[in-house]
Amino acid sequence: MSDTQTVTNKMSARGVNVFYGEKQAINNVSIDVDLENVTAFIGPSGCGKSTFLRTLNRMNDTVASARVEGQITLDGEDIYASGMDVVQLRARVGMVFQKPNPFPKSIYENVAYGPRIHGLANGKAEMDVIVERSLRQAGLWEEVKDRLQESGTALSGGQQQRLCIGRAIAVDPEVILMDEPCSALDPIATAKIEELIHDLRGRYAIVIVTHNMQQAARVSQRTAFFHLGTLVEYGATSDIFTNPKQERTKDYITGRYG
Amino acid sequence: MIVLIVLGLALVGWIVARARAMRLQASAGRLGTNSRPSQHGWYVALWTALPALIFLAVWANVMPGLVTNAVLGTPEAQSLPSDAFARSSILGEAQGIANGSGQTAFNPASQALVQPYRDATTRYSAIGAILAAILAFAGGAYAFSRVSPAFKARSRVERLVMFSLLLASLIAVLTTAGIVISLLFESMRFFALVNPIDFLFGLKWSPQSAALGYGNKDAFGAVPLFWGTVFIGAIIAMVVAIPLGLMSAIYLTQYARPATRKWMKPILEVLAGVPTVVYGYFAALTVAPALRNFAVSAGISGASSESALAAGLVMGVMIIPFVSSMADDSIAAVPQSMRDGSLAMGATTSETIRKVLIPAALPGVVGGVLLAVSRAIGETMIVVMAAGLAANLTLNPFASVTTVTTQMVQLLTGDQEFDSAKTLAAFALGLVLFVVTLLLNIVALRVVKKYREAYE
Amino acid sequence: MSAAALPLDAIPAEPSRAPTDWKGDVMRKRIARRYAAERRFRLLGLGAVALSAGFLAFLLISMMSSGLRGFTRTEIALPIDFAQSPILIDPAALKAGNPELVLANANLPAVIDDAAKKAFGVNGTEMLSPGAVIAVRKAIIADPSILSGKATIRVPASEGVDVAAKGNGAPANEASIATLQKTNALSTAFNWQFLTASDGTDPTQVGIWGALKGSLLTMGVTLLLSFPIGVFAALYLEEYAPRNRWTDLIEVSINNLAAVPSIIFGLLGLAIFLNMWNLPRSAALVGGMTLALMTMPVIVIAGRNAIKAVPPSIRDAALGIGASPIQVVFHHVLPLALPGILTGTIIGMARALGETAPLLMIGMRAFIASPPGGVTDPATVLPVQIFLWSDEVGRGFIEKTSAAIIVLLLFLLTMNGLAIYLRNKFEKRW
Repeated sequence: MSDTQTVTNKMSARGVNVFYGEKQAINNVSIDVDLENVTAFIGPSGCGKSTFLRTLNRMNDTVASARVEGQITLDGEDIYASGMDVVQLRARVGMVFQKPNPFPKSIYENVAYGPRIHGLANGKAEMDVIVERSLRQAGLWEEVKDRLQESGTALSGGQQQRLCIGRAIAVDPEVILMDEPCSALDPIATAKIEELIHDLRGRYAIVIVTHNMQQAARVSQRTAFFHLGTLVEYGATSDIFTNPKQERTKDYITGRYG
Repeated sequence: MIVLIVLGLALVGWIVARARAMRLQASAGRLGTNSRPSQHGWYVALWTALPALIFLAVWANVMPGLVTNAVLGTPEAQSLPSDAFARSSILGEAQGIANGSGQTAFNPASQALVQPYRDATTRYSAIGAILAAILAFAGGAYAFSRVSPAFKARSRVERLVMFSLLLASLIAVLTTAGIVISLLFESMRFFALVNPIDFLFGLKWSPQSAALGYGNKDAFGAVPLFWGTVFIGAIIAMVVAIPLGLMSAIYLTQYARPATRKWMKPILEVLAGVPTVVYGYFAALTVAPALRNFAVSAGISGASSESALAAGLVMGVMIIPFVSSMADDSIAAVPQSMRDGSLAMGATTSETIRKVLIPAALPGVVGGVLLAVSRAIGETMIVVMAAGLAANLTLNPFASVTTVTTQMVQLLTGDQEFDSAKTLAAFALGLVLFVVTLLLNIVALRVVKKYREAYE
Repeated sequence: MSAAALPLDAIPAEPSRAPTDWKGDVMRKRIARRYAAERRFRLLGLGAVALSAGFLAFLLISMMSSGLRGFTRTEIALPIDFAQSPILIDPAALKAGNPELVLANANLPAVIDDAAKKAFGVNGTEMLSPGAVIAVRKAIIADPSILSGKATIRVPASEGVDVAAKGNGAPANEASIATLQKTNALSTAFNWQFLTASDGTDPTQVGIWGALKGSLLTMGVTLLLSFPIGVFAALYLEEYAPRNRWTDLIEVSINNLAAVPSIIFGLLGLAIFLNMWNLPRSAALVGGMTLALMTMPVIVIAGRNAIKAVPPSIRDAALGIGASPIQVVFHHVLPLALPGILTGTIIGMARALGETAPLLMIGMRAFIASPPGGVTDPATVLPVQIFLWSDEVGRGFIEKTSAAIIVLLLFLLTMNGLAIYLRNKFEKRW
């Protein structure tokens, strides 16, 4: 990772605390996410990695009791500033969830949903182009091109998840957050998604939360280890897995807990 | 009185048997008896009470006939007229005086029969009481003789309890059967007088003219009633209830703070708890005159002080909480991940609701609306009080229309012979109403169930 | 692995696309429009809730405003000079015999008629309610000494005067009011009669006690029948029923009964209870039986939910120490499920209390001028009384109808409040 210093930071978090009511879920986390590398968040369950991920596109806003302190910036803009529009923010920072959640609409409509609400396409022809490109990028086009009008929920689990990725890509985001995207999938579907993450790298800044350390090692270039709401260690994936600096990281990697 | 005696005997049986069982247990040791002493007690008590009570119930039904026969056998009854009707009216009057519900006899012949009635009643009551007491003793003695360490009193008692549980749940089946059979039976009699085709497709409803003897051919065309019912219950009421109920549910589930929701939900539910007669009074007294004045000042013709609109609007309000809670359930059943998915794409809350949640919840909402329609068309008091009696086949919401339920009330109140076509027509209307609401419910529950399964 | 070595060409060729200009004018306007739509939608929802709640408030306020007047009555201070009246009653005679009987035979109406004409002019008699006689009779019995002299007795005013005094009358009655006010004869008092009397022909004399008693008797019959049957059926279906066709039939029946329009139950009552079994018409017994059939499914459904909520571990524990299935249910499951069952029962009873249509079918709309003595006497119930009064033309009946509605709503509110209290108090999560 010789070129780590030269990459541009897409998103930066500084001193982030997250509270659910009285309970503090995230304690003073600072981290940078860049365009060139896939960043993986690992850690035992309940360590706050998913919570932190959701602060990056303000999905925590939907939880009434959640409160975020500190600063998170996207291209230098504070995303929690009053001038930041959460609708635009989420279009720029897309998200893929743990369980595939296609809408109960056709495959085409699933992908067209984002561009439609954001007004990204003028007319049907443009929309067709966007849908095809997004599905191609998501590696699903060949499988579904003849049945775009079928329901998105009729696809297999792995296909559904790729549809969700395609749906996120369709609005042309700058960052894609993935919250354990493979935890509900079988190994073959998982391999396809991992391949897809490889392909998408460089176009989108990608952050992936995973409980599977092998997966983090396979898909990411940078890894952050969370424990009990704090960021224990953050660095090049190869370093974290082969030469962790912190005792806690080492214990986790070697399977002492988690 | 005799019932109390029987129950008293049962209590005695319970105590004695329990005592005996306790003694047995003491001598045989704890593990020597199969059942606890109190279970033996129950066994004896039930054997004492049940046969006697069943006998009394049967006796109460048989006795009036025996009494009447006895009275007819007395010398006083020889002078009764042979005409069956006059005879039964005199007998009825005498009976009424004898048991204290009537006071004075209009017919002197009745007065003469009062004493024989009293005598016969006393005699047969005494016979019944004695027989019941004997039965109670016999049952109790039989059961008592069986009290022994090895006797399984508990399982006997429990079998009986089980049987009564089963009996209780069969009441529901009997009720359903009763409804279906009585509706079918009376409707058959109606259709013997009026052609079913004329009834179901006829355009003219005027049962009064039938009662006056103009024949039944053109008097019982129920289409205006069906239309009125649909117009009020399925159209006007739903135009009010669906948007208000749906939007209320959306606001309360998606926008309102939990504290607001906690307060507003019960308040809306109060709307469903207000008795329909209150809605009817409100519709007739406040809403209908206001609408009529409005229609008159707006120059709408055919405005009546009883209108489809008044009844429909108020009924719609009544249905709001129903639609709202069904919509609430359906929206709540859409997985949270669906909502998250849409929000994470940068959709606003209203876009998420309109484009994802409602389409996803649609089958559930439709099912709920069907249930609401079924409830609205079966609703009676609002339409009786506010919709009117004129069987108009009109599209004018300010005009008076009548409904199936209104006419059922109309046909069955007042003094009528039970066999007239008018009275029987109410049962035919009831049958149609029953079948339609049943179908709506079955379809609605299917739809809702399928929808629930889709997300499980 | 470095960023430079990224296999970009692995992605299929496709038209490249200009990055979205989120800060541009077009996009900004679009966002503004979307937020406006969001606000509109939210307002629409708030409006729907407000409209529904507003309608409820309007209904309650309009009932209250006209109904509260029904609890008061206008009284007129009527000066009577018994010594000068055409009919002389000997106070001693009152003490000797039954005073009610003596006074009933005396021509009191003539005395009152005379006094009213003297005090308020030729229309004097029309200003008084027919119930004035009762008020005078009561006053005499309370103090027979007034018979030998003059007395001023407060008697209820006639319907016209009553309505006019409450600010809603016809011009003719306004004139009477003016006359009465000159002598300061008018006053307002709480209308106890409304709570103690029964139906009548004159709105100043009617009361709801007869209907209320009818309702209570009917509810009593309903509760006695539907509660045990409902609970037993729920226990059977939830705890013992084998999975077979019969059970399915029972379940389907119960669920359908819960959705059958109430008026159909009225037809059932008419055809079976009245015509087949010849039970007494218009009686609380038949009304109660009919409503019991309607309420039973509600209790069964609520009961089953309550029983279902009792965790299996409790049953297993009891079975494990050798309790029989019946003992398990009656010693453990039923007591734990009881609050839930009671809540459902109260809700079902509240619904039955407000029910009108089926009772009309079985003739409980008779004119009941004295409260029913038992469950087989002709009776009416509160909602039917409301229905009957709403049909009356007299203006005085409007406030009586609304007042009766207030009483009915109070009962329902209390019952529902109790149900909510029970639910909150005993709500347990295992």
